[in-house]
Amino acid sequence: MARELRLLAPTSLLGAGFRFESLRTAMAWQPDVMGCDAGSTDPGPYFLGSGELYFSRDAMRRDLEHMLLAARGAEIPLLIGSAAAGGTNAQLAVAVELAEEIAAKHGLHFRLGVVSCEPPRDYLRRSLSEGRIRALANAPDLDEAVLERSENIVAMAGVEPFHAALDSGADVVICGRCSDAAIFAAVPTKEGFPPGLAWHAGKILECSAACVVQRKYADPLFAWVRDDCFVVEPPNPDYRCSPVSVASHTLYENGSPYELVEPSGTVYSDESTYEPVSDRAVRVAGSRFAAAENVTNKLEGAELVGYQAIVIGAVRDPVIIRQLDSWLEGVRETIQSKAEGIFGAAAVEGMTLTVRRYGIDGVMGPLEPTPSPAHEVCLVIEVTAASQKIANAVAKAAAHVAAHYAVPEYSGLITALALPYSPPELPRGPVYRFTLNHVLEPADALDPFGLELIDL
Amino acid sequence: MTTLAELAKLIRSKNAGPFQLTVDIMFADEETYERVLAGGAINAERLAAIYGVEAERVRVIPYAAAHSIKVTLPRPVVSGDPGDGDTMGGQQYAPLVDLEVDRPPAPGGDGSTRSATADQSTVREQCE
Repeated sequence: MARELRLLAPTSLLGAGFRFESLRTAMAWQPDVMGCDAGSTDPGPYFLGSGELYFSRDAMRRDLEHMLLAARGAEIPLLIGSAAAGGTNAQLAVAVELAEEIAAKHGLHFRLGVVSCEPPRDYLRRSLSEGRIRALANAPDLDEAVLERSENIVAMAGVEPFHAALDSGADVVICGRCSDAAIFAAVPTKEGFPPGLAWHAGKILECSAACVVQRKYADPLFAWVRDDCFVVEPPNPDYRCSPVSVASHTLYENGSPYELVEPSGTVYSDESTYEPVSDRAVRVAGSRFAAAENVTNKLEGAELVGYQAIVIGAVRDPVIIRQLDSWLEGVRETIQSKAEGIFGAAAVEGMTLTVRRYGIDGVMGPLEPTPSPAHEVCLVIEVTAASQKIANAVAKAAAHVAAHYAVPEYSGLITALALPYSPPELPRGPVYRFTLNHVLEPADALDPFGLELIDL
Repeated sequence: MTTLAELAKLIRSKNAGPFQLTVDIMFADEETYERVLAGGAINAERLAAIYGVEAERVRVIPYAAAHSIKVTLPRPVVSGDPGDGDTMGGQQYAPLVDLEVDRPPAPGGDGSTRSATADQSTVREQCE
């Protein structure tokens, strides 16, 4: 009889939720492995830089509790990747704490493998000097100073650390930053299924039911991986997959639909075929994998830019909107000189003051093809400074200046800005930027990673 | 004059990592996909002008399996950098909605398939 491995992805991102009923249906289909992605660079550099969570701890606990109970009940491995948000050690620790809390609450006993993905800085410095770190397309410049000033740097794990954890007897693996597809490719590749199919199935599963014809909310996806194909089907009866909907998923947030570069090689889907098995299940075959000579791990880093406070306000008067550019120029100069007056030129050096103009070009910026103002324009005044105290103080001044800045056509004091919030300034805390778009080529595939085993 | 939105079933944009923007133009059937592809209206030069990047760095990738044309380019501003207004790149497809599609191919030949293979060697990415 042909062998088969059944993979279940309950949701697209730990904390995004799923219907319990769908999980129950999926468990009746007897999965061999359950996996879940728990992070991304998608929400921007804040989560990697700060180590804060993307979804709330409560939302993550809700999903993890259902998953752990189901996976331990069926005695199948549960693999969690990119925990939680950026994959930093701080975020990983939160996911591990949640697993420990849930295990204690329900009296679950299992071996937990924890894979950390923050290589020590001296290891990264050495790798850089040894030429083991290479730039990817559009990468910013990298030197030791960048490594130094980045708040957090993570290496993206492939299947190798998952294999190491499973080989050490882990029932549940929680990994820091990792390839989304690796979470689901880990067991099939370990058991010798064709890597092209294993990785391609992983790429489709990592977003759970995103590959259905009409996704309304996050919900599970199920896959049967065999030696000559894999089949995907959503357990939710309201969802269905079609050949086009599944093929379309290789497009999603991916530079090319034909090649997915993963740590241990490249998946090619240019010869993949997508055929209906039923009106809701699709069979995929023909995906190939070219193993890389050496494993490479993508590096991601984020550095602190400063501290920010913003003011949101809107202009409705057509007379002001007509001359918005020059009016804003005056507002900006006045705020700058007020800030210097309060804190001194030195303290506000490096402070940036920008104004986004929604209703004109807030979304596209200088690329906006039709920058003609709407009948009302929303202004977001952003102050980024060396401390939150300065940012807040300048934002307070900015709200006042902009609210009452003169318009040449009018004599007498006016209020030019509709401010929806009291107080008008909103402290935003630290802001970060991405610093790395590079790959590390470690001497051994496990070098950048740490593995800890916890028996619960 | 026909616009892209009239022919496509979905036009969307998203980050492909923080340093790259990718646009998917998806059609309901093979016929419409082939028509737009053959028309050459989606070409690297035109997209480069819209997004303010060099044409050599824009990849236009036809994908018949999903009746789609994918366009991948460097992000004009890195995701989340100061000045970026669209962290996920989700609304950057907007200028394509009203793009006129029934017009002759760009000068210099059929732009629709250029760089689909030629630029693979110069643009290395790594997926999540």
